[in-house]
Amino acid sequence: MTLATEFSTSPSGTGGAANGDATMPLADVGLGRAATVRRVGGERGFRRRLMELGLVPGTTVTIEKVAPLGDPLELVVRGCSLSIRAAEARAVEVVPHEAGTGTSTADGPRA
Amino acid sequence: MADHCEDDTPRGASEAPPERRVALIGNPNTGKTTLFNQLTASRARVGNYPGVTVERRIGRMRLPGGAGAVALLDLPGTYSLTARSPEEQLAIEEVLGLGREAPALVVVVVDAGQLVRNLYLVLQLIELEVPLVVALNMIDEVETPPDHDALAKQLGVPVVPIAAKSNRGLDDLRSAVARGLESPPLGAVAPTYPAEVLADADEVAAHLPEGWRRGTQTRDRALALWALGSVDEHDELRGITAELRRACLDAQARPGRDHDAAIITARYRLLDVELAATAGVRDAEGRPAVRRMSERIDRVLLHPIFGFVVFVTLMLTVFQSLFSWSNPAIEAIEAAVAWLGGALTSRLPPGIVTDLLIEGVLGGVGNVVVFLPQILLLFLFLGLLEDSGYMARAAYLMDRVMRALGLHGRAFVPMLSGCACAIPAVLATRTMERERDRLLTMLVIPLMTCSARLPVYTLVIAALFPPSKVFGFVPVQALLMVAMYLFSTFTALAAAGVLGRTVVKGRRVPLLIELPPYRMPALRNVVREMLERSASFLKEAGTMILACTIVLWALLSFPRDGKPAAGNAEPPAIAQADGAPRANATPAEGANAAEPKPVTEAEGADPRAERLQQSYGARLGKALEPAIRPLGFDWKIGVGLIGAFAAREVFVSTMGLVYGIGDANEGSEPLRAKMRAESNGGKPAYSPLVGLSLMVFFALACQCMSTLAVVKRETRSLRWPAFLFAYMTALAYGMSFLVFQVGSALGF
Repeated sequence: MTLATEFSTSPSGTGGAANGDATMPLADVGLGRAATVRRVGGERGFRRRLMELGLVPGTTVTIEKVAPLGDPLELVVRGCSLSIRAAEARAVEVVPHEAGTGTSTADGPRA
Repeated sequence: MADHCEDDTPRGASEAPPERRVALIGNPNTGKTTLFNQLTASRARVGNYPGVTVERRIGRMRLPGGAGAVALLDLPGTYSLTARSPEEQLAIEEVLGLGREAPALVVVVVDAGQLVRNLYLVLQLIELEVPLVVALNMIDEVETPPDHDALAKQLGVPVVPIAAKSNRGLDDLRSAVARGLESPPLGAVAPTYPAEVLADADEVAAHLPEGWRRGTQTRDRALALWALGSVDEHDELRGITAELRRACLDAQARPGRDHDAAIITARYRLLDVELAATAGVRDAEGRPAVRRMSERIDRVLLHPIFGFVVFVTLMLTVFQSLFSWSNPAIEAIEAAVAWLGGALTSRLPPGIVTDLLIEGVLGGVGNVVVFLPQILLLFLFLGLLEDSGYMARAAYLMDRVMRALGLHGRAFVPMLSGCACAIPAVLATRTMERERDRLLTMLVIPLMTCSARLPVYTLVIAALFPPSKVFGFVPVQALLMVAMYLFSTFTALAAAGVLGRTVVKGRRVPLLIELPPYRMPALRNVVREMLERSASFLKEAGTMILACTIVLWALLSFPRDGKPAAGNAEPPAIAQADGAPRANATPAEGANAAEPKPVTEAEGADPRAERLQQSYGARLGKALEPAIRPLGFDWKIGVGLIGAFAAREVFVSTMGLVYGIGDANEGSEPLRAKMRAESNGGKPAYSPLVGLSLMVFFALACQCMSTLAVVKRETRSLRWPAFLFAYMTALAYGMSFLVFQVGSALGF
């Protein structure tokens, strides 16, 4: 298991991940597709709580469900279900895992 | 001392009084409350933390082997010690004893199925050199339990596997606590922080308030990290000196700094890498059984169609239980109070003391106790919904709607309960963590159409609106009733929108909720909490309601017949303004007078009607008349409004007394007839327009002292009940004014 050796030291708000993989907002990853967190942005208190709940760079996250009225989302992180709104999920940058193919052994704890 | 402020010592208290204190902390949904209840056999003392409206529970926990007992403090569930609000700050203040006495030991409850995330809090506590025992809870839920010995060795503190719900391992935990009190276990593990973070922390540490220091450099550094992670320009923290704040802001402003990410990532790296390697600590490889089960349940309960069907069904059940299932109990209480009143009347000599005792004190006690059935029922349901894990789902389902209204997702149940009665509804706002959300919800709940308004609407509609039909088939009277419901719901939501942007502004916090696995609620816990809540309602809000009932009783029964109070022999001049009120006092024979308390049938005599008409209350009603004239009300309604302050439905019986009809209720035909016949220079004084204005007034005014009493209790202030009363009265006055004036101008 390789954990993120890199964490962004740039202040929130500026794009960070100078990493080969293309990052995208968590909100756009789509249902059920695992992704690895690169950077968490957003309002300070919220961002801090989200990271404290284990959504740190290197962790695997999946959008499990969308609430029937279109928002909020249900995320699975470290085997635990969290609910945040799509607006906030836009501030979480992730690298999606290969869809469908068997490369599910990505880094980070599995969801 | 704060924890000895209440005198009901729990049973089993036999040890020496200067008690050692142990604090219980843990993430939400880790079974912390269950553990607390198991460890403290008897009832907990429920109080409040100083300065914040967060409940503080203390119980007594026995230790094995003659080690005596300790006071166990149940801290609010928290994921982390970092804080932004005074409520979140509570955890670190209590654990470290900042500005108060520190506990001798802290027990951290940890969910064995969510180990890494739960250990984050443990790590924070260890860094702060808090003496610690880890209770590894729900060990029965995980398929491959972590190696707790290895974990204990790695952390440097005792780790005791338990299953609080089935009482497993609790003796071990008690022993570990007893040992921990003997020689405080300080952990021995530290994350590796980047050099610049440590440099910043040391700099901040130099500016810590003296009262926070306890000597060691490590602890100061950990406190500095806490400050770096908590303080910013917008925090609402208490006791942060200007010097400390400046130091934090300076450090945060240095280029390239992201302390939050650096600190949190360093901690998780320790947990994910080192602990995983040595103690086999890993999160859910695949899903534990509880999760798989939850997922299956969620497929139905969060389904776009079935999800809402279940939600609506559950909510209707809660509502129905408050609205009608509680009725037999409420009626029984009212009957018992009435019976007791009757029994006392016949046994005690007639006179002012007897009246005070029966109508003031007994009536007041009745006014308090009558809320118990609804409070008990609502807390039963809330407990079941909360403990089963459904409440978080309800917030998830309804977030979209509630957010549009500026309300918290969990405000739904309290608002709905408000349609039955505001008292339990206000108490139910405690399911929300943030003070702002609680306050906003409390301020709009009293606008919902509670069941006490129905008798008033029924009387007014039946008396003043002819039973005609709209479109030939929709009965006007039913339509009006529905319209009143819609009107009040709409007003409440609009008020939430306005108040949430003005009076209780506060920052809007993005939604972040955990959806815990479904679990079978522990009925014992639910019942215990239900009883504790009810007891604290009786003790705290009850006294206030009782006092108000006595004041109102005095207002409506003095001066006594023939013995007017000194200096007030003559009623004020305006008293005669509206014809001769006493002429109306044609006593109905053998009437049972209903006094200002929820329609009881106390044995009474007709002089009461007369007494009421001469009372200070009536004078006040008359004095009020010029003010309420523009709403279409006369002094009689004014008296009714004053009486209705005890409880809205008392309006009906007070109006009955004003008209000299003893046992008036909303179905009473003589009262309806009197109201219809009331004339004002040939025209009927109470037109349908007056009726509408009156209903609007009742929909909006805070005509309920009990609501004000519970809001005072929940907010721990006089300011908010005063504001609530002021804004609702102003709104009621304004809207009724508008209705009556515009209606009159249009010729209705």
